[in-house]
Amino acid sequence: MAKIEKLSGRKRDERIAGYVFALPAVGLLLAFLAVPIIYTIYYSVFQYQVMRPNDILFVGLENYKKLFSDSDFWISLKNTFYFTIVVVPVQCTLALVLAMLVSKKYRGVSFFRTMYFSPQLTSMVVISVLWTVLYNSNPNTGLINALLANLGMEPINFLTNEKTAMNSIIFMSAWQGAGYQMMIFLAGLQGIPKDQYEAASVDGATPWQQFLFVTLPNLKGTIKYVIMITMIQAMKLFTQPYVMTQGGPRNSTKTMVYYIYTQGFQKGNFGYACAVAAVFFVIVVAMSLFLQKVTADK
Amino acid sequence: MKSLKAQNALQKIFFYAGNTIIGIIFVSPLIWMIAASLKPEAKIFANMNSIKTFIPEEASLDNFIEVFRRVDLANVFKNTLTYILLILVLDLLINSICGYALAKFRFRGRKLILSFVVALMVMPMEAILLPMYIEMSQLDWVNSLPALVVPSIAKCFSIYMFYNFFKDIPDDLLEAASIDGSSPIRTFFSIVMPISKTVYATVFILDFVAHWNDFMWPFLVMTGKDKRTIQLAVQSFFGTQPVHYSAIMASLVLSAIPMIVMFVFMQKYYVEGIASSGIKG
Repeated sequence: MAKIEKLSGRKRDERIAGYVFALPAVGLLLAFLAVPIIYTIYYSVFQYQVMRPNDILFVGLENYKKLFSDSDFWISLKNTFYFTIVVVPVQCTLALVLAMLVSKKYRGVSFFRTMYFSPQLTSMVVISVLWTVLYNSNPNTGLINALLANLGMEPINFLTNEKTAMNSIIFMSAWQGAGYQMMIFLAGLQGIPKDQYEAASVDGATPWQQFLFVTLPNLKGTIKYVIMITMIQAMKLFTQPYVMTQGGPRNSTKTMVYYIYTQGFQKGNFGYACAVAAVFFVIVVAMSLFLQKVTADK
Repeated sequence: MKSLKAQNALQKIFFYAGNTIIGIIFVSPLIWMIAASLKPEAKIFANMNSIKTFIPEEASLDNFIEVFRRVDLANVFKNTLTYILLILVLDLLINSICGYALAKFRFRGRKLILSFVVALMVMPMEAILLPMYIEMSQLDWVNSLPALVVPSIAKCFSIYMFYNFFKDIPDDLLEAASIDGSSPIRTFFSIVMPISKTVYATVFILDFVAHWNDFMWPFLVMTGKDKRTIQLAVQSFFGTQPVHYSAIMASLVLSAIPMIVMFVFMQKYYVEGIASSGIKG
């Protein structure tokens, strides 16, 4: 009898402790994550100028209709997708290659791992400033053009030509980010049973065949996860174009987040910017739900 | 047998030669950055067409002194570390107790909260910047510490990391404590916390790095010059006249030092944190 009473008393204690422990985090998540999501959608059906906060006007789906005919919005959407579609395979492949290079546990391997990881130890702002200087179109000041000049090539206006600006940002971003995914791949590679390689090499498989038929199938789950996080990260592109090109030249590096920033914070069209943000939100969430679903069926 | 040995030696040669060449090319932009930060301004773009550009001939720390003179860097570092440490203390406390409640306590709404946390993990912060900014200005927090700290304390990802870790703590251990008369809350602080240093260290380093790199949110809410965080200072120094490239390079190097120090001391937890996210996710 006494034992049962004690147990139910403990259950009650646990219930109370559960609420006490969960409440602060849940409260903050509601206030600074859930409520702002609802407000993004709420403001998106209003005409709301920052300069005139009292003239808030319900306009229904007007902002969304405006989006459809807003060529700047479509350009930002196109640029965001272009960046994502190109940077994801480039960065993930680079990360996998680097991981393969440093997967063997030879002496000094951690030195090489740190080398490939080191761009991650400097922030995206730092990297963007540095590469703006490296990409300078004058071969007397830009390191990369100096190298091209040494190879007898014409200088390239990396960041000032609309055809090359986004690709230059992609190249730099993949270089900066690959070290992170490399670490995830390394953990995946270490989980592959050694005897599978031994069996394959006994059967006379070449290293390339071993990669195709042992490494890749075993890494399937890791690859899917890495693609997912890289994609979601890529969709949020803002810092690089903000620091390096201010969205130019001729809008060629203007992304969705950049457009939300310009409309909302520079032009003060909060309602309209919220409509852009709502579309962005739906795209990212739909994308991650889709990717999670694909990832789940291992 | 001999051919196997030869093959191994060959593999080793490929490993060292390949990694040395690729590694040097890979980090060459960073080497150039460090070299440039040590060069006098007049020499920074000299010898661009030769390998000498990577070697500072008249190396000095003058550029670093100039950065401290032109940007109030001591204040910038103070601002940045203050807000990050405030976030981290609260982050580790609040998210760990929430993760523990979800992992070990039976109460109504537990499953709902857990799925709420998992669902919000993919939430892009960029989509809610506008209402967040309005919230901050209504609370009169713009340009003050709470705007940087309070919205960043609760993190779904941290809660999930703690939840995953605490889930694996054997129930026997907790039951033993409760039979000894320890309340669930006391059990957490006196028994669970001390044996969970690894997960705290991992969340600490992951979130430290994330916030040290923060750009967009501080950029929106901290507009005052004396309130700037490190990334804002670096970004605006880049656009400040007169442009001294060697001083800019010095500022880039300086801003990376805390990250390098953190990495040296907490490499194990940092790398494990990144790697484990891949295995569990």
